[in-house]
Amino acid sequence: MTTFAQKQSPAVRTTPDGARRSPAQKPRRRPKDRLAKVVIILLLLTGAAFAAFPIIWMASSSFKPNTEIFAYPPQLITSNFSFDAYITILTDPTKVRFFINSYVVSLAVTALTLLVAILASYAFSRYEFKGKRPINMIIVSIQAVPPITLLIPFFGLMVVLGLYNTYQGLILTYLVFTLPYAIIMMTGYFNTLPKELDEAARMDGAGPLTVLWRILVPISIPGIVSVGVYTFMIAWNEYLFALTLTRTEDMRTVPIGIQLLMGQNSYEWNEMMAMSILGCIPVLILFLFFQRYFIGGMTAGAVKS
Amino acid sequence: MASTNTVVRPGSTKSRTSGWAPTARKLTPYAFLSPTVIVMLVLMLIPVIMVIGYSFMDNVITNKNPVFVGIDNYVEVLSDPVFRTATGNTLFFTLVSVAAHLLLGLGFAMLLNSPLVGNVTKALFRVVYILPWLFTVAIIAVLWRLMLNPNGVVNYILISLGLTDKGIEWLSSPDTALLAVTFINIWAGYSFYMVTLLAGLQGVPADLYEAARVDGASAFQRFWNVTLPQLKPIIISMSVLDIIWTSQQFALIWMTTGGGPVNVTEMLSTYTYKLAFSRYEFSVASASAVLILLLTMVLAFFYVRHQKARD
Repeated sequence: MTTFAQKQSPAVRTTPDGARRSPAQKPRRRPKDRLAKVVIILLLLTGAAFAAFPIIWMASSSFKPNTEIFAYPPQLITSNFSFDAYITILTDPTKVRFFINSYVVSLAVTALTLLVAILASYAFSRYEFKGKRPINMIIVSIQAVPPITLLIPFFGLMVVLGLYNTYQGLILTYLVFTLPYAIIMMTGYFNTLPKELDEAARMDGAGPLTVLWRILVPISIPGIVSVGVYTFMIAWNEYLFALTLTRTEDMRTVPIGIQLLMGQNSYEWNEMMAMSILGCIPVLILFLFFQRYFIGGMTAGAVKS
Repeated sequence: MASTNTVVRPGSTKSRTSGWAPTARKLTPYAFLSPTVIVMLVLMLIPVIMVIGYSFMDNVITNKNPVFVGIDNYVEVLSDPVFRTATGNTLFFTLVSVAAHLLLGLGFAMLLNSPLVGNVTKALFRVVYILPWLFTVAIIAVLWRLMLNPNGVVNYILISLGLTDKGIEWLSSPDTALLAVTFINIWAGYSFYMVTLLAGLQGVPADLYEAARVDGASAFQRFWNVTLPQLKPIIISMSVLDIIWTSQQFALIWMTTGGGPVNVTEMLSTYTYKLAFSRYEFSVASASAVLILLLTMVLAFFYVRHQKARD
């Protein structure tokens, strides 16, 4: 995956070269190219409107009073522009609690996933052992097990274990969905690192754990960030199990919190939109800062180096 | 975690106790894998066995002493007309979504890969195009409920363009609800294809295009004979993954239509959820869940085989 991020930069660099070269070689094609460029820009803009308009509308609605949500004709910015919806949410302890819950669960899942996945990936990347292929195959196929199939036994299991309506219950549950992906991505990353690195350290008498923590982990930070960002997003966005395995308002996460706003007697659209904006900020920030790693994570599943 | 440490320690001291070395060396990978294996045994294997067990019992969880009832639950699910409707809806929803994801994703990726547009412009558009993918389904659901409201902005735009003369109840009319949820899902999911295909396009060797150009291939022929064959493995594995994910979609349906009106957007996932958590028929729901698992395993089998073929 991150091999990909590394490969991408030369690929990107060759593109403008090609662009500069081709008009120089074939000056006759210039007007045609200009027309093509206009068409492409127009298509790009249409696509951007399709992708971004709903999001702009969400932001715009979060700044409106609820009475103006369906005002006719619709306006992007009304004269009553205000932060009231945000203030209502951020001063309501029940709603702030949704955010705290989401952070606690997502951060714990990310830390645990990274720890367990790094250990497993080290074994997959650096050792040959009996059962390696079947275990690897099981991990790949586990990704496909439908959440709804696990939901009913998980409900029973969590009640029996006393983990129903707790952080621990949710954290353990999410591990099942984040681990396979994390292990596959992490193994891919370790495989790109030369084995000579750890063999040299082994010669000096370092044990496998020392090699892993002192040599491999420090140079794998980009891969670890990729996996971490991706894991955080899966946990932050999860809905089905958060809905079923928690019961009380003080254990609900943000996605469920948004739905709870919808259930109350009237629809507070502006508050729902404000909460949505607040709810997507962590993922947006991660995305803007770690875009390359993020894209590495997205492409890891299907693109192989 | 404790088990890892204890088993690994002999490995690290092997230089001193040489008799231990081969055994320790052999055990080390298993030690590293043990946390994963324990998590997967407890939280994957046992639940799957549990749900299969549940599906052959009478009402489990609510009943203290469930009795074995054989395949009765499966007969009940398979003869339920709603289950069949849900299967059809899931099929429509999945196939239309996946096809549209692929077309939009490929289209956007090719636009973003055009040598005629500057790199900064491309980077900007790429960020905008990825945006829908960053939002959680819960947010996407409420957002589109707002947009598709009879008095909402989508209807306003359609009326202004003269495409309709009064507001359409997109999500609550039986005629449009399935199309509406499918559209929302298309909007939410094409980015994944776009990003992956863009990476794939950038990996196509430039000399292949040069060779095609020398042979006098038109732009369409270059796309058909160079680009598509190069992207084929990516397209296949992404489509299979997407079919698996889309057929399991729950939150979007649950938060927009809840499967209604009159079951027109009922999916296998919402059907199963309702059986379990609205009607408390956990056994019948388990039978339905096992059927979904079987369907998915068939798909996963193809996915794994495809991935193996690529190795």
